[in-house]
Order: sequence, then structure tokens, then C-alpha cells
Amino acid sequence: MTVTFPQKGLPWLLLLPQLLVTAIFFLWPAGQALEQAFYQEDAFGLSREFVGFENFVYLFTDPLYYQSILTTLVFSFSVAIAGMSIALLLAVMADRVIRGKLTYQTLLIWPYAVAPALAGVLWWILFDPSMGPIALWLESAGVDWNHYLNGNQAMILVIIASTWKQISYNFLFFLAGLQAVPRSLIEAASIDGASPFKRFWTIVFPLLSPTTFFLLVVNLVYAFFETFGVIDATTKGGPGQSTNTLVYKVFEDGFIGLDLGGSAAQSVVLMGIVGLMTVIQFRFIERKVQYS
Amino acid sequence: MSKRKLSTLFLGVSLASTGFAATEIEWWHAMGGANGEKVNDIAAVFNESQDAYDVKPVYKGNYTETMTSAIAAFRAKQQPAIVQVFEVGTASMMAAKGAIYPVHQLMSDSDQPFDESTYLSAVTGYYTSNEGKMLSMPFNSSTPVLYYNKNLFKKAGITQVPKTWQEVESAAKKLQMSDVSCGFTTAWQSWVQLENFSSRHNVPFASLDNGFGGLKTELSFNGPLQVAHIKKMGEWQKNGVFSYSGRTNDGAAKFYSQECAMFTESSAGYAGIKRSAKFDFGVAELPYWAGKVKEPFNTIIGGASLWVLQGHSKEEYKGVASFLSFLSRADVQADWHQFSGYLPITHAAYDLTKNQGYYEANIGTETGVIQMTTGTPTANTKGLRLGNFVQIRGAIDEALESVLSGDVDAQTALDTAVKRGNTLLRKFERTND
Amino acid sequence: MIENRPGLTFASHATLLLGIALVALPVWMALVASTHPASAFGVGHIPLWFGDAGVETWKTVLFEKAGNGIETPVFFMMLNSLIMALGITFGKIAISLLSAYAIVFFRFRFRNLCFWIIFMTLMLPVEVRIVPTYEVIANLGLLNSYTGLTLPLIASATATFLFRQCFLSIPGELVEAARIDGAGPFRFFFDILLPLSRTNIAALFVILFIYGWNQYLWPLLITTDDAYYTLVMSIKRMLSVTDGDIVWNQIMATTLLAMLPPVAVVIGMQKLFVKGLVDSEK
Repeated sequence: MTVTFPQKGLPWLLLLPQLLVTAIFFLWPAGQALEQAFYQEDAFGLSREFVGFENFVYLFTDPLYYQSILTTLVFSFSVAIAGMSIALLLAVMADRVIRGKLTYQTLLIWPYAVAPALAGVLWWILFDPSMGPIALWLESAGVDWNHYLNGNQAMILVIIASTWKQISYNFLFFLAGLQAVPRSLIEAASIDGASPFKRFWTIVFPLLSPTTFFLLVVNLVYAFFETFGVIDATTKGGPGQSTNTLVYKVFEDGFIGLDLGGSAAQSVVLMGIVGLMTVIQFRFIERKVQYS
Repeated sequence: MSKRKLSTLFLGVSLASTGFAATEIEWWHAMGGANGEKVNDIAAVFNESQDAYDVKPVYKGNYTETMTSAIAAFRAKQQPAIVQVFEVGTASMMAAKGAIYPVHQLMSDSDQPFDESTYLSAVTGYYTSNEGKMLSMPFNSSTPVLYYNKNLFKKAGITQVPKTWQEVESAAKKLQMSDVSCGFTTAWQSWVQLENFSSRHNVPFASLDNGFGGLKTELSFNGPLQVAHIKKMGEWQKNGVFSYSGRTNDGAAKFYSQECAMFTESSAGYAGIKRSAKFDFGVAELPYWAGKVKEPFNTIIGGASLWVLQGHSKEEYKGVASFLSFLSRADVQADWHQFSGYLPITHAAYDLTKNQGYYEANIGTETGVIQMTTGTPTANTKGLRLGNFVQIRGAIDEALESVLSGDVDAQTALDTAVKRGNTLLRKFERTND
Repeated sequence: MIENRPGLTFASHATLLLGIALVALPVWMALVASTHPASAFGVGHIPLWFGDAGVETWKTVLFEKAGNGIETPVFFMMLNSLIMALGITFGKIAISLLSAYAIVFFRFRFRNLCFWIIFMTLMLPVEVRIVPTYEVIANLGLLNSYTGLTLPLIASATATFLFRQCFLSIPGELVEAARIDGAGPFRFFFDILLPLSRTNIAALFVILFIYGWNQYLWPLLITTDDAYYTLVMSIKRMLSVTDGDIVWNQIMATTLLAMLPPVAVVIGMQKLFVKGLVDSEK
């Protein structure tokens, strides 16, 4: 239990700025956005009709919505697992080398700084069926690459672009986690005759599990929301509905389709999902704090 | 006061009033690239020609972004006076009676001379009410045409420019024999291959005169002719006659790189093609199916028009009216038409361009205009007026893509799109009644 | 080093180098693309080695105009992005420090309620509540202003949350000792808490700077005056040109310029960033 100061008025003063900003720029607009979920209104806001739960009913009977949920899950888990596996491999390698560790780290961490939209654009061009180097190379290898038409390929593209950015973040955490593994344990195992491969899977990997779990949650949240820019700058949810994730669908229906009621209903559902994920993450971090 | 003193006083006052800041008029548009610079030039010329008003063009992104920003701005009472909205948003704008200021009314309220008959009816028909009154002013209208690579045609031994889809197919097959992998590609597939296709063959796209008749309209583009065409496109995607390149105009790259020898695209793509195509190219009319229609009908327009939004001062509206008159001047229109490839909107501009010998000097630039003004428009060829059309186009694009990728057959795909589209139309009807 | 396995060491370096090459590939392509004239992109493949239009492209983009309807040179837009990013960074760190301090080190009624209210802001990303937020900003008259660009983006709880975690892990004995020494809340804050949180503040500086710099949906909506255009948003604008050509070489050059400052920040503050990021999760 933390020791605290006795003042009663001071904390309110300290909290005031954040509470004010939160109230004006979050609670008020968010409340309005949520209220819109119960109305059908025209784009210009000139007339609105209270429809109760109708928007929600429409949402849950729309097969496209379920498809979007599936798309989001596939996308998020792919990004998380791909990003983490590659980062883990690189971290293990970096942990092994004595020389150049800092250089490698520097050279691997900078994609974190790139805007998701820009990452999307760069990979989009690399894979462009008419002029991208990678697409042309694939064609010469017999693969017919056309992400304008093939939904699976479009999905692969956005997964690659989103993963590319996350590798740095995961790499940092894995590297730190690896360096926290006590050397004595590994030495003892090697004296016992275990190969590096065996040592990794039986000792190191289990010890990394808190980090792994933490990163899984962070990556999932990242894939859920922050990849909006990637999709908006490239596939815009298409072709078909193949890359229309939940967040993008909210934006597309509300902003482009001007269906404010439907979009707001989706926001409500999304809030619920995120709330759940955040609570899980929060609980987990609390437990982590008790570890040390 | 003596006469002299009075006139000096008047002179002084009038001079002083020109020292006042000019009334600023914001114009939100979606013209990027070279067209955007031209827009700025046009505004600059207007601003310099008089002191009372200052038109400020603001580039807001693509058509969708511009329209949505304008609507968000309206809700926050920060809307511009003029906004460029694409043809697909017409129904939404028309339904927003409390938000828009119809152009014909604006002109008459501001005492600006305005004669609707001077405008090309094929262009303005899209934007006029059922009583024949102009609601928005066409600014950049285009229509789809067929661009073809003359060099590749010569190499493949094609001497006749294809007029029908049958001829396009046989030309593509000849091209494939001379090592050209793709016959044609298209831009804006829904607009070209379904909406304009329906108009060209005089088949309905939606009931109630394609939506002009009222909000109870229902989609009907899953008729036998359209289904047959989309089915053919699916086959062509497989055998290389056609190559899909996205929903908008990314197909241009394939045309420039000479991967595809033909390109069905907006007439407004002319300027870009002229700049980037390093080969001889020609412009032909949009093909039709021989035997399905005696003579092809006119195509419908794409592009955008200028809408005036409510909520500004009378003084500002006077300026807007003055600017709209300026834009309709024959010389301004002719210049814009020749620079951008968009169609001229007045008879005078069309005549002026003809008299300047422009069409002779630039073969192919008149094709769009001729194609649009051919014959007499019918209920199926005046255009479309469908609410939520942005989303409906999305549904259509998805249906077409599912056929092109071989996943779904044409009839089922179009039926699905019609069903989804009708739900959207009913939603629109509900919120705007 | 546990044992000496040169084969494995070689493999490690090789893997790392491959990783770096793959990671750098898009940027390499962008760099090369920015040195070719725009017409090089229509012809069928993107060149993989440098061209000679580099200086001209970069000069135009930096000092004249970014192209595609955007009249301001990239230089000014970088300035706007910088102001926005720094505004968000400093603003957020300041109010979060204060809030986290209040929540952790004081006992008062509704303490938990306040925490949860602030915490809730994590649950709705800005894309989802954007239209009503726009109306609020417009009603306050803050369109086309630096204040309007930064304020709404300060309203989310990531920093508060991180600081709370950091503060919770400060041993209670330290606070006890300070109080025994007669330190009041202010002295404790400035003399003890802040120095202890240095690495976390540094890490957050990097994270928030990048977040602020890379924003594009919000600036797109609230700026009509190109004096306030930010960089990343303009790039997105340049890509969605209707009926026109896309000037790839300029876009690539602008993209690289857009990446430069955040990357510089990450690499420059790397040590503190890594430490602060990783340690705060322990």
C-alpha cells in the first residue's frame, strides 16, 4: 500500500487540467457519438428520428458485420503472431552476439517512428502489380499477385505493412526480457549437455512468458485500432470486404457512407470490446507489478 | 452642398469603400494535381478582375473527403459558401433542403442574369430538379470514352478502331497474338461498365426514371443485358482480354506502360494521358454491343458540380452569384475544358472551342462531347439520382470484383448488389422524407 | 557467452542483417524513387537504383510546394507538425504527471471514480468520435489553430496510466523518509518523484512525439487554411488525386522527410527510450 500525503484539496487541483480536457474533448463528444446510436439522422443533421435499438438490431442481423468481426480477428492475430515471432527471432540473435548489439538495436527500432499510413503506402507500392519490385519478382516466380482483386492478397499486404512497424516494439521488449534471464540457469543447463536449441525452448521461453503475454495484448490492441491508417491509405477495406476491420468499418459507414446512427451503434459495440480487452490487460499488469 | 462638393464626396466615399477588405468566399474542392493549380488560377483571375469579392479555393482531398468535410462543417456551422460535390452525392445534396441554396434561386435573388438554356442540357440535366430548375452548377463533367494505343494497334495489324464490344474482343485477341498481354482495362468500373453501360444501351439502372421520379426508387441493374456483360467481363478477365486494376483510376498505369492497349476511362483523363503516354494514342466512343441496340444512346456524366450552402451573408451570396456567372463565361469555360479535358457546360463554350480550331488540332478531345449529346435522351439516359450512392457503388464494386475473381456468377453477384443497394435506398428514403 | 559456437554466431549475424535489410527495404525504395522524375513510374517497374532528378525533386518539395494542390512547401508543414507534436507531448506529459501524482499519492473521495473516468478515454479511439469532437472544436472557435490541433489529442489516458504504474512501483519507504524529513507534496514531487521518473518521461516523450507527428485524420478535418497543414496529412492528400497523375517522386521525398524527425527522436533518445519503455512494464 502506498504511503500518501494528507492534503484533501490539492489533489483536485492537480487533477483539474486532465479532468477538464477529458470532459470537454472526450466525454462530451463520446456521449454525443453514443447518443447518435439511438437515432436515425440525415447526413446534414437537419432531422433526426428516435429509433431505439433498431440500429443495433440491424447491425447484429447484418452478415457483413460478422464478416468484419472475423476479418478483424484474423488480421489482429496474424499481425500479433507474425510481429512477435519475427521480433523474437531477431531478439534471440541479437542477444547472442557480443559485438554490435547496440548497432543492431538502432537499425531495428526506427520503423516504430513511421506513421502507419506511410508504412501502408510504402508496402503498397512495393507490391503494386504493375510496377512494384516485389510484385514483379513474384510474377516471375509464377505467383499471380494482384491485390486489387484478390482479397487474401490484400489482407496479406496490410498484415505485412502493419507487422513491419511492430517488429521494433516487440524486439525491444523481447531483448530486455532475454537479458533478464539469469545466466546461471543457462550455464547449468549447458553443463548438463543441453543444446542451445533445447535450452531456449525449455528454459528461456517459459521465463519469457510474462513478456510474451504482455506483448500479445499490446499487439492485439495495436492491430485493432492503430492500423486504421494502414488500411485507409491502401486498401480502404477492399477488395470486397476483405480488409474491412471493425474500426475501419465504423469510419467508413459514418464518415463516407454518412450513416451516423449505424456507425455510432458500431462504436458502442467496439467500446465494449475494447473495454474488455483493456480490463484484461489492466488486471494482468497489476499482477505484473506484484511480481517485482 | 454644391454639386461639385457632392460629387467629390461621393467619389471619396466610393474610393474609401474599395479600401475595405473584400468579402471572402470559401470554395472547397477536390481538384488535386494540375487541375488544382488551374482552379487556383481561375479564382485568381476572378479576384483580380474586381475588388468586392475574394474567392478562396481550398483543396480538401478527394471527392469523398471534400463532401464529408463540408457536411461536418455544416453541422458545426462552419461550412464554406461553395463546395464541389461529385455526381454520386447529388441525391444526398438535393434532399438536404435546409442546407443548400439552389443555384437558380441564388442567381435570381442576387439579380444575376441567368439563362438556363445556354447550358448544355445533357450536362445540366443531372443537376436540375424535376421542374427543370438548376440546383447546382456543373463545373467539371466528364463521360467515359475509349483510349487506344495506336502503336500497338499498328503492330497487331488492327486497322479499324473498335466501335462495339465484339470488335474490342477481337482486337484484344489480335493484340494478344502480337504479344500484348492485356486487351483493355477500365477506370471507375461501376461508372463505366454498369451505369454508363445501361445508359448506352437504353436499359434502366433503377426504377422511377433512374431515381429522378422519387425516393421510392428501386435498383434494376441486374437485368439480362447487364448480367450478360458482366459475365463476359468475368470471362475476359480470365483470358486476358480484360485486366482489372482497381475501383478508381489506377488502370492508367497499365495503359501508360503499354501493358494494356485500350483503356475505358473518363474523358477528363485526357490531360494526364497526353502527358504520360509515350506513344501515339486515339480516343474513340464507348463501345456497345452490336445487335443489342440499333444506335447507341448518349452516355451519362461523371465528375462534380458546385453546390452553394446556406448560412452566409447576403453580401457573400452576391459574390458567389457573380463568381458562378464568371465561371459560365465562354472564355473561362473553354479554357478550363481545353486544359482539363472536362466537358464544356455551355453552348457558347463549345462553339468557341470549335471556332478556335481546338478540336481539329487535338484529335479526340471532341469525342466525349459528341458522345454525350448524341440523339435524344430517354428516361434511362438522363443520369442517376440515388441516395446513399457512395455506399451503393461500394456494393456494386464488390459484386463486380467477386465476378472478376471467379468467385461468384454474374447473376448472383448483381442480385446481391441490388438487394444491398435497395436496403440503402430505403434507409435514405426514411431519413429524408 | 556460454560456449563458443562460431557457426551459430555467424547465423545470428546473418539473420540480423537479413532482418535489417527487410526492414529497410521500403525506405530504400522511397529514397531511390525520390531521385527519379515522375514519368519513370508509369513505365512498368520501379527502379531500384538512384536516378538523377534527386536534387531537383528535393528542392521543389522542400522549398517550393509539395505538389498536387498543396501550395505550401514541405518546410512549413514540417514546422506545423513539429508544433503540433511538441504541443501534444508537453501538454500530455504535464497534465498526466499531475493527475497520476494526485491519484497515487493522495487519498480523497471519488479517487477511484476519477481514475476510471480518465481511464475510459482509452476505450474510444479518435477516429470513432471524430464528428462530434469537430463540432465542439468549431463551437469553441478553434478551427485552423494550433490549439485546436493539439487539445483534443491530449485527452487520452495512456500517459496517466504509465505514470501511475511508475509511481506505484516507488518504494513506500522513500515517501515515508521524505515525509519524516518534512517534505511537503511539492518538494516531494520536484525533488524526488520527477528525477526518479526521468526515464519514463523520456520514453513517453518519444511515444507521444511520434503519435502527434503521425496524426492525419484530425488535422485533415479541422484545417482549411494551408498555413496549418501538417506533413503526414498532406501526404495522404497527395495520394488521393481525382482524374490526375500522382507525382510519385515528390510524394516519396515528402514521405522520407515526414519520417526523418520521429526517427531522429527515436534514435537520438534510444537509450532512455528503451529503458523507460521496458522498465515501466516491469
